[in-house]
Amino acid sequence: MSLDANVRRDAEELVGRYPVPRSALLPMLHLLQSVEGYVTPEGIAMCAEILDLTTAEVAAVSSFYTMYSRHNTGKHHIGVCTNTMCGLLGGDAIWDALTSDLGAGHDETTEDGMFTLERIECQAACTHAPVVTIDWEFIDDATVAMVRDFVERLKRGEEVHSTRGPAIRSLKDSERTIAGFDDGLEGAHATDAKMLAGLNAAKAAGHMLPESQV
Amino acid sequence: MTLTPILTAHWDEPDSHTLGGYTRHHGYEALKQALDTDPDAIIQLVKDSGLRGRGGAGFPTGMKWGFVPQDGKPHYLVVNADESEPGACKDIALIMANPHALIEGVAITCHAIRAKHAFIYIRGEVPHAHRRMRAAIAEAYAAGHLGRNVHGKGIDIDVLVQPGGGAYICGEETALLESLEGHRGQPRLKPPFPAVAGLYASPTVINNVETIANVPYILRNGVQWFRQWGSEKSPGFKLMAVSGHVNRPGVYEAPLGITMRELIEHAGGMREGRQVKFWLPGGSSVPMLTAEHLDVPFTYEDMAAAGTMLGTATPMVFDETTSVVKAVSRWQHFYKHESCGKCTPCREGTFWIQEVMHRLEAGHGKAGDLELLQDLCKQMSGRTFCPLGDAAATPIPGALKYFREEFEAGMHTAADVLFPPAAALVGASA
Ligand SMILES: Cc1cc2nc3c(=O)[nH]c(=O)nc-3n(C[C@H](O)[C@H](O)[C@H](O)COP(=O)(O)O)c2cc1C
Ligand code: SF4
Ligand code: FES
Repeated sequence: MSLDANVRRDAEELVGRYPVPRSALLPMLHLLQSVEGYVTPEGIAMCAEILDLTTAEVAAVSSFYTMYSRHNTGKHHIGVCTNTMCGLLGGDAIWDALTSDLGAGHDETTEDGMFTLERIECQAACTHAPVVTIDWEFIDDATVAMVRDFVERLKRGEEVHSTRGPAIRSLKDSERTIAGFDDGLEGAHATDAKMLAGLNAAKAAGHMLPESQV
Repeated sequence: MTLTPILTAHWDEPDSHTLGGYTRHHGYEALKQALDTDPDAIIQLVKDSGLRGRGGAGFPTGMKWGFVPQDGKPHYLVVNADESEPGACKDIALIMANPHALIEGVAITCHAIRAKHAFIYIRGEVPHAHRRMRAAIAEAYAAGHLGRNVHGKGIDIDVLVQPGGGAYICGEETALLESLEGHRGQPRLKPPFPAVAGLYASPTVINNVETIANVPYILRNGVQWFRQWGSEKSPGFKLMAVSGHVNRPGVYEAPLGITMRELIEHAGGMREGRQVKFWLPGGSSVPMLTAEHLDVPFTYEDMAAAGTMLGTATPMVFDETTSVVKAVSRWQHFYKHESCGKCTPCREGTFWIQEVMHRLEAGHGKAGDLELLQDLCKQMSGRTFCPLGDAAATPIPGALKYFREEFEAGMHTAADVLFPPAAALVGASA
């Protein structure tokens, strides 16, 4: 897809949300990725023009942040957390299995263009370790078998849901959500056992506070 | 010590994240109360409560609000939901299950510091949290808790969710401001402090998600209620996300002053047949402790006395199947990856520490490596532009103090040989 009038309109809508236009730059870069899969020279030029910056200024920002890619990405982005907690609890094993199954390594895309793989850092979900993300939707308490199953189902084009509820669509779709556009998936989220561990323990032990206080 | 479900009290109700679910449990009562209260009186109340920032540094919240000068410039509130510190996993959970407590806290804080605009900066990699936060904000606007002339009191409050781009350093408050202004996320020189010249060079308060979410509960229940928990210097309760080799990892809400031994018990104990080897009270940026320290209370002062820090109070616990060298090596890799490159001691130091740790992990350490590590950490501590450099120099001295022989073994034996990875996996039995 090219950067047509719709993209420009969306970018301008983002700019309009801020008291100072340049604050829209990070969301605009996510928007660009939602259209082209990565940040292209044309995209950088568009941001520069809308925000009255030089292309060098925009490129300097986009290259600083790890979520913005400088080269083409696959339909799906798979991130395997290999920071200490996830890595030790199973992330390393998942990473080894996935890279050997798919024949691609860190920041590489499979030949069929389906998957881009990335070793990622802590995802604020160590209680759910090991975690894997597909298009930044979470697979909590992941195992090698679970991740293989997700990959197979995505290859077959089946409808697949993150363990937190929402459908896994594509990296581009997720980037549009992150950029700040609604996707109608809000209702799909579920609370999980890790989030409820403390409350359940408190209830079991009779540690609840009076209803008037909470 | 008992648990204290407050922010988490209703997370098992299917609509806990909605306006309806929140309002059913006194939601937005504190905002109405606040709008009838003089802003300075709210700041004083938060000062009196002793609430300290929940983002890691523990700075007194009311004092921070009090630094905002009352001049003609617009004021801003920025909520830090960057949550990228290894081990920290409470703010995203709070946003998912109880976003309205954050929004009510934002509205009250905006009134107190006389801000009309608030930004909630959420790390980019969590679209589910963006969705949830935006939906809850839309509900709050529709109900008149945000927007023009809130509840007819002549106050305007606008709240916007900002996505990050994937950079841990943007959790540092001045880097976050740079990022929010559309720049590379590199820290600013302080002073001027954000309270004086922050976002768009205007007075700005930056607080953690959990800090702000505490505010409505403190306002509604009062200072004495809040101070019934914790200590004089560390009052209140805390979201403590326990991760690692316990039977029931998860988010526990407990009074400050609870101990790791008690938390592990609430979390179902260590895995069958296993013992605590080392643990970190609040993220990878605080020094590790061992089984000897299980009775240290989770307060700022007691953790400092034990040679560590409370940090985010999200403990990571590892049992004896874990290689300390490997654990530390991963954290050092992280700091190398996340160094913003602005200052030399951090940019170069994280690189060299990572090199040495990788060879020790592989069992290819060289003579003098431990001294080299210690020297590198000393060169960085206190000499970097921002606290990320100090954090990067933190894991090694503690690990060497308690587990030096494992580092020495790295001269000839790989960590995976000494500690077969299969035993550390979740679900592995003793
Ligand atoms: C490298 C680095 C990363 C940080 N990351 C976070 C973060 O993700 N969330 C957070 O609230 N504070 C983080 N902080 C602390 C903030 O700089 C700041 O102290 C905090 O947001 C203030 O809020 P509080 O007073 O409510 O804790 C980080 C600090 C550093 C040095
Ligand atoms: S200490 Fe590291 S992260 Fe902080 S300014 Fe220096 S290079 Fe950047
Ligand atoms: S280490 Fe993977 S989520 Fe924290």
